[in-house]
Amino acid sequence: MLRLLGAQSLHIVFGLGDFALFTGRSFRAATQSRRLFRRIIRAVYEQGALCLPVILIVGAFTGLVLGLQGYYVLNRFGSQGLLGALVSLSLIREMAPVLAALMLVGQAGSALAAELGIQRNSEQIVALETMGASSHGYLVAPRLIAALLVFPLQTALFVAVGLWGGSLSGSLLLGVEPGVYWSSVEQAVGAADVRECFLKAAIFGLLTISLCAYHGFHADRCKSATGARAVSAATTRAVVHSSIIILVADYVITSFLVRS
Amino acid sequence: MKKTTLELYVGIFVLMGIAAVAYLTLKLGSGSLVGGETYLVEARFTNAGGLHGGSSVLLAGVTVGRVEAVRMDPADYSAIATLRIAKVLRLPTDSMASIKTTGLIGDKYVALSPGAEEAYLDPGARITMTESAVDLESLIGKMAFGSVDTDKDPKPAP
Amino acid sequence: MSAGQTDLLLEVEGLRKSFGDHVVLAGVGLAVRRGSVCTVLGPSGAGKSVFLKCLGGVEQPDAGTIRFDGRLLNAAARADFQRRSSFLFQSNALFDSLTALENVALPLEQTTGLPDHEIRERSLEALRQLEIENFRDRYPSQLSGGMQKRLALARAIVTRPELVFFDEPTAGLDPLRRNAVFAMIAKYQRQFGFTALVVTHDVVEALIASDRVALLDRGRICFEGTPAEFSASTNSVVRGFRDSAEALGSSLAAIRRGESIQSDDA
Repeated sequence: MLRLLGAQSLHIVFGLGDFALFTGRSFRAATQSRRLFRRIIRAVYEQGALCLPVILIVGAFTGLVLGLQGYYVLNRFGSQGLLGALVSLSLIREMAPVLAALMLVGQAGSALAAELGIQRNSEQIVALETMGASSHGYLVAPRLIAALLVFPLQTALFVAVGLWGGSLSGSLLLGVEPGVYWSSVEQAVGAADVRECFLKAAIFGLLTISLCAYHGFHADRCKSATGARAVSAATTRAVVHSSIIILVADYVITSFLVRS
Repeated sequence: MKKTTLELYVGIFVLMGIAAVAYLTLKLGSGSLVGGETYLVEARFTNAGGLHGGSSVLLAGVTVGRVEAVRMDPADYSAIATLRIAKVLRLPTDSMASIKTTGLIGDKYVALSPGAEEAYLDPGARITMTESAVDLESLIGKMAFGSVDTDKDPKPAP
Repeated sequence: MSAGQTDLLLEVEGLRKSFGDHVVLAGVGLAVRRGSVCTVLGPSGAGKSVFLKCLGGVEQPDAGTIRFDGRLLNAAARADFQRRSSFLFQSNALFDSLTALENVALPLEQTTGLPDHEIRERSLEALRQLEIENFRDRYPSQLSGGMQKRLALARAIVTRPELVFFDEPTAGLDPLRRNAVFAMIAKYQRQFGFTALVVTHDVVEALIASDRVALLDRGRICFEGTPAEFSASTNSVVRGFRDSAEALGSSLAAIRRGESIQSDDA
């Protein structure tokens, strides 16, 4: 029992170290990779343009629900004027970075893991290495760089649409004055909140896309399955681990950013 | 997917994203003090509960600054709040700073009420007239037991 | 063909590799002459593909030396080796998201500093030489199995390598196509003058197309010689492999025809 625990902890530590090495190697390879810019554009398309609809829809409905729930809670205390503050702070500090990252993992991250898994399976990754090209630099680095750019942008869009959704349910349906709502938003949000929002988004982007790439890249390491089943197992692991790491990292970042 | 269409979509996405980022950082992030010059004054409170860095400073209901930091003065166990105030606003030396709450459960903020002195507070000076935060819990206790007027001995909460 | 016929382009000595307790390569030695087609035969599980992976630097051998063009192949010489050699994979390893032209251009883009227009010209030239120029804007999935093989070969030769490795180039193909693939290897090997190292288990085709044949069995080379010598050899392992291959040939052909329907017309 104790040995099992020890073996499991060693396994986890080894995995984390390997993952960190993978990420580091990808960034180092980026400096030597040729024609990186084109592939970054392509990765921005995959993570950005393709995921835009889901971000906008989820963002709008998150704002709508926050506006609705917030209104009924605040109404009891007669502080409907704070609706804007409630919606904007919930969105900016927590909901937008976390939900946007979860959506991006669901759409872009899973696709990335599956794609790399199939490329591993069909020897494309080995082919790159025998060519003398860095597979990390070609396949992973552009995705990571794109994630650092795309996640904050998507999160900002999520916030903007969410605030709009909140004003829709708050002022159009429930009768909070739009002016009161927006001035409450502007009053409540400080530079630190916006910084926290973007910091979280960038960290989530780096962690999740790197994790998805890692699992897909090493789909052949799966012990219990091979071929298509290994790819599906790798994709599942990628999505589950990414979702967990988003919430864990969110807690860690929030607790470190103690507002003085 | 043709290369040009792909680039077009990327361009649209990036533009939208940057617009959203700009909205967040410029409009919301920095409040109404963007670009303006500011100065610091201090205010001593016996109880600064709920006040923190980033809280608003209002005068006549208008945001004129933000709380920079709240710290403890070990000499007399009072709280000292550093306020960053817009340069255009010159405060008489006998101005009063009080900690208030937006609504019943809202954020704490510092309300300034200007005095009548001819002299103005210099940067780094201290506001001497202050009013501390209302102890909300005892107030609620009083309200709950209907003894706001006859607050002789409030019973402990059940 | 290169000038120095006697030159050894690739020399392998005492190559060992094991995974855990399982010894896959127990000291493999092989020499490949410049400009020749050398085929390594062996039953499945004899360690053929691990041998190739060790040569390609994908797997790290436990012991043994590899010399390329007289130079010891260590970490420093690896980049030079990669520039001058290329691989044709069993599964072709073409990139699905890239067109035929982009696939061929990929090694040039990633490993050379050539300007764009020159990369394009050389890629088009490679496609032209393999007679698939008309399909340059198609994606690999839109090409037939034979076309994909040719596209993979175009990608392999676009860097003008001196040494090309073929990993089971006929796996999953029916006898007719197997012949065609070996004919293709022989034809372009002569046309471009590269040295070919083929790993396969197809005895009949290998004997026709190769200059030298080696038999890998249980992690060792147990025969090395010309195809004629191989056919005439009285070595028990060679005989066993030859006979079993022939005996299995007819039944395998039937099975492979079944497979080839899926893998070729997909």
